[in-house]
Amino acid sequence: MSIIKVENLGKKYIIGHDRSAGRAFRSRSLRDTFTHTARGVYQRIRHPLSPNAENTEIEELWALRNLDFEIEPGDRVGIIGRNGAGKSTLLKVLSRITEPTTGRIEISGRVASLLEVGTGFHPELSGRENIYLNGAILGMTRREIKSKFDEIVDFSEIEKFLDTPVKRYSSGMYVRLAFAVAAHLEPEILIVDEVLAVGDAQFQKKCLGKMEEVGLEGRTVLFVSHNMAMISNLCRTGMVLNEGRLEFNGQVSDAVMRYYEATNQRDANHEREFKSNTAELLGAELIGLSNRSDITIHDELTVRMRYRIHRQVDGKCVPNFHFFVSDGGYAFLDSAREVTNMPPGVYRAECKIPPRFLNEGAYFVGVALTTYFESSPFEIEFFDKNALTFNVVDPMDERSNRYGYGGPIPGVVRPQLDWSIEKESQ
Amino acid sequence: MSKLVIEAGKANRQYFKDILSYRELFLLLAWRDILVRYKQTVIGISWSVLRPLLTMIVFTIVFGRLAGMPSDGVAYPILVYAALLPWQFFSNTVIEGGSSLVNNASMISKVYFPRIIIPTTAMIVSLIDFLISILVLSALMVWYQHVPTWKVVFLPLFLGLAAIAALGVTYLISALNVKYRDFRHVLPFIVQVGLFISPVGFSSSVVPEEWRLVYSLNPMVGVIDGFRWAILGNTTMYWPGFWLSAGFAVLLLGVGIGFFRRMEREFADVI
Repeated sequence: MSIIKVENLGKKYIIGHDRSAGRAFRSRSLRDTFTHTARGVYQRIRHPLSPNAENTEIEELWALRNLDFEIEPGDRVGIIGRNGAGKSTLLKVLSRITEPTTGRIEISGRVASLLEVGTGFHPELSGRENIYLNGAILGMTRREIKSKFDEIVDFSEIEKFLDTPVKRYSSGMYVRLAFAVAAHLEPEILIVDEVLAVGDAQFQKKCLGKMEEVGLEGRTVLFVSHNMAMISNLCRTGMVLNEGRLEFNGQVSDAVMRYYEATNQRDANHEREFKSNTAELLGAELIGLSNRSDITIHDELTVRMRYRIHRQVDGKCVPNFHFFVSDGGYAFLDSAREVTNMPPGVYRAECKIPPRFLNEGAYFVGVALTTYFESSPFEIEFFDKNALTFNVVDPMDERSNRYGYGGPIPGVVRPQLDWSIEKESQ
Repeated sequence: MSKLVIEAGKANRQYFKDILSYRELFLLLAWRDILVRYKQTVIGISWSVLRPLLTMIVFTIVFGRLAGMPSDGVAYPILVYAALLPWQFFSNTVIEGGSSLVNNASMISKVYFPRIIIPTTAMIVSLIDFLISILVLSALMVWYQHVPTWKVVFLPLFLGLAAIAALGVTYLISALNVKYRDFRHVLPFIVQVGLFISPVGFSSSVVPEEWRLVYSLNPMVGVIDGFRWAILGNTTMYWPGFWLSAGFAVLLLGVGIGFFRRMEREFADVI
């Protein structure tokens, strides 16, 4: 029997556009509503015979549409999709924060949702008081919190500051305490939004371990993240959402691939054009991908862009590639070297990413062309920030230098440096 | 194992069962608000003593001395203070509770719980202030050597009525506040007007006989008259007006809960 059963689920948001004012409006204030109504009445008086002088245009936005799925007890489900695909809305509907517009959900079991760490923390209260408060907000009973209190304090590593108001905590301590409470929830179903991307690396690892533990105990976990490595590590099944629809539901590795494919496809048929008076992007591609979007950590990857220069300029047109990690931060950027003044024509620029350089995970490549002038600073001709994506995977063979360790290895880069060990004395 | 069904467009039938199972959260939130209130302000408790005391002094001078209003045979400060007790309780609940949803916006958009417990906690905090004020009143009565009669045992009933009136208004206003943010600018004005149209600074016996029934449409008239009847002991009660007030308070609570429940569905979307 499934633990969560979703039928024809939909969630609609209504966004109003005030036509006369030409801006989006959501009647957030009484004044707006009054002036809006007054204007309507005024219009009516001025043109009493005009057909319904309605000033607003209502736009409907379906954040979720026709979702049907079932989740079995003990499943660990990763929910992936681009920003605005409806992931967070789905979590909110499942955790009853907001009501669905259509459809039906059956949930058999206690749900705890963790959409943010430290919900309800009060800065004036002490760490001890906040543990009780936050625990209750997350759905723990007082008896449960009491019996786990020591564990929570232990996990958070803030024992010394237990009676200090949390407003005096460093942000690291704050997050550790908040996560410690959340980590000791024992619901049948745990719903987690991207909250693990906080704290220092060591603490993150601890949290990941705890999450895995929760999953192994047979609890059902729904997990949203942009970090494909984390999703692949933690989850067994994956659901891909796109514009509110369920695009794929199955094995997590297939889901991650589907996600990358969809991303690349969208980029293949650019809706937007990237060009200026001087130059234009013709295309970008990755060479060396083993299957779909994957490249193993031991292989070389070539990034290529083609562009046309329309006219001779008094500067150097320098192609550059920007590499972003999955949470949007920069991995690095590099520009072509020794560029000279280029006459008009079609060009191809390539750069090679050596093997054993980038760590496992998903990367996004932005392609750009920048003109550097002699006198004035520079000008960006085009910059497609989301041109390409690829996923670096570790085949976990003998070359991986893992000594049998199977967990995630932190860091953006994972170079193979020269090591030497010599025996110095007995 | 509990089974939960969420269906579009249907009000959750388990809502009131939910309230029961979230009572611990309710108590903890009330405990938090009390703690914060008395931790944050150095004058914490003294402020909840001082404010009604100063109001009482001003009203005694303005209404009792300058306007020469009748005091129903008791010391004017006691007459005023007996009315200030429920009024402070009512206005504190409405002001704190009215903005409580907006103040807890981050919680509402991140966690589920029956939202009605948030404005309700405001009443618990006001209750603490109320209890402190009772002590002040006792001191005043000792000072003026006023002995209460057996009627004082009915005080909790009138307090209950004050709570019903306060919650009804609080539910309405807190829900409106979520949708219309500038409503909070209107709220202090409403409470201010309420203070002067309710019989706080004067006895409701000054209201002409033919208007008393209409005057009692304000639920706080019934509550304040009840407080004076129970505490002062020697005032006569205008019972038709009281029952009208009480009935209207209950109606207000019903409307408040209904409106709150209807608005509650979109709180997380608009807050």
